[in-house]
Amino acid sequence: MPFGLSNDRGPVGRTRVIVIGAGIVGAACARELADAGCAVTVLDRNRPAGATSAHGEGNVLVSDKGPGPELDLALWSTRLWPHVLADIAERTPVDVTRVEWEPKGGIVVATTIAGADALRAFATAQCAAGVRFAELDRAALADAEPHLTDEVALAFHYPQDAQVQPAAAATALLAASGAEVIVNCEVLGGDARELRTSTGVLSAELVVNAAGPWAGEVARRLGAPIAVLPRRGEILVTTPQPPTVFHKVYDADYVGAVGSDSAAVQTSAVVESTKAGTILLGSSRSQVGFDDRLRPDVLAAIARKALRLFPCLADVAVMRTYGGFRPYVPDHLPVIGADPRAPWLWHATGHEGAGIGLSVGTARLLRQLVVGEPSELDATPFRVDRAAVIGQ
Amino acid sequence: MSARRIPGWQDRTGRVDRPLWITVDGERVEGIAGQSLAGVLLAAGRSSWRRTESGAPRGVFCGIGACFDCLITVDGERDVRACRRPAFDGAVVHTQERG
Repeated sequence: MPFGLSNDRGPVGRTRVIVIGAGIVGAACARELADAGCAVTVLDRNRPAGATSAHGEGNVLVSDKGPGPELDLALWSTRLWPHVLADIAERTPVDVTRVEWEPKGGIVVATTIAGADALRAFATAQCAAGVRFAELDRAALADAEPHLTDEVALAFHYPQDAQVQPAAAATALLAASGAEVIVNCEVLGGDARELRTSTGVLSAELVVNAAGPWAGEVARRLGAPIAVLPRRGEILVTTPQPPTVFHKVYDADYVGAVGSDSAAVQTSAVVESTKAGTILLGSSRSQVGFDDRLRPDVLAAIARKALRLFPCLADVAVMRTYGGFRPYVPDHLPVIGADPRAPWLWHATGHEGAGIGLSVGTARLLRQLVVGEPSELDATPFRVDRAAVIGQ
Repeated sequence: MSARRIPGWQDRTGRVDRPLWITVDGERVEGIAGQSLAGVLLAAGRSSWRRTESGAPRGVFCGIGACFDCLITVDGERDVRACRRPAFDGAVVHTQERG
């Protein structure tokens, strides 16, 4: 029986919780647990939203997920996002407009006949799971994305897809939590009662491991290893442009890359603009450990594929590139729940490239598990004691 | 002569200025050979030439090509970093919105 907030004597107030990792998942967990009455301290090895959360695109997507538990978590998160932001706006002085929540919708295109067949089958299966989509004919597509290539075999609009500015979203959730935040604090070992860190010893009843791609290493230091590995992704950023791309537009083969286990570099076109006018060009996935060296060949491949979708970007200047590590679990499912080997330890990690969107649902689920409340979502698929996470 | 530009006769390097001119949004602006376009704009007393979506002014920030804040259109080419592009005679510069 994991150490939760409920026991025979009823809810215990002011349970002390240490959240490891001030990325978006840690921030969202801090907010939910503080809301549940816990006294929350958030540690980060560097600073809030300084790593994975700052090195992605801010995806809040349902369109790229096939039927299954991750899609259920995504649909739930997508519903929760506006409520969470409204709640923060109402109850705290945090400026949620900085989060740049944009329910802009996604457009998924197939550029080949084979790709079109696969996309149609995929979308049909998603529909049964609660994803809404509509096929766009040539005129509707030209209207929605006038600069998109003509060479599109099939296009679907997914109205539930959205985008946030991920670092702003993480810091807003963290500020809204009211949690104590300790920066430049690395976990070295110990347990909840005596958590050894680079800045001293801390004590709590519960520890939440939300260290993203470093969650595997943190768990190992705490004596309960989990199989969370880094997977690298890169993004190119153009100079600010006049309005050119109006949705999140991606090639249907992105879905294949997301679900892949290949260690080799994979790229697929994902194109979207930000509120600042820049256009983000993604995406890549490679398993290179924590090697953060720039890979010009990967960047070139991303640019080439983006140009196939938007030929008009050919002369547009790329002003930056950035890359980050995503927390990858071999079975492609997040890890959310109590650790069976250490009753004080909980995990909330393993979201790979979807953690921004999934953060709010993950945090709500974690809170419900910790407090012992019933949940709308079945947490079983995300449990820690599954083969892909802690072995047989 | 702008307060921002050291006149050639005061420059200890013994610099000899060769004047040039560019147009900025149709207005003729004097410069000297060797200046960047940003240098010409600054010397002409212009410290910002575009605005962000929120309306905040932008001009030269880093001055070394890293920040992309000083973007201008030069002879029809968008998104040129004014701090990196040498000024040349007759350059047709337009300030640009959203970029």
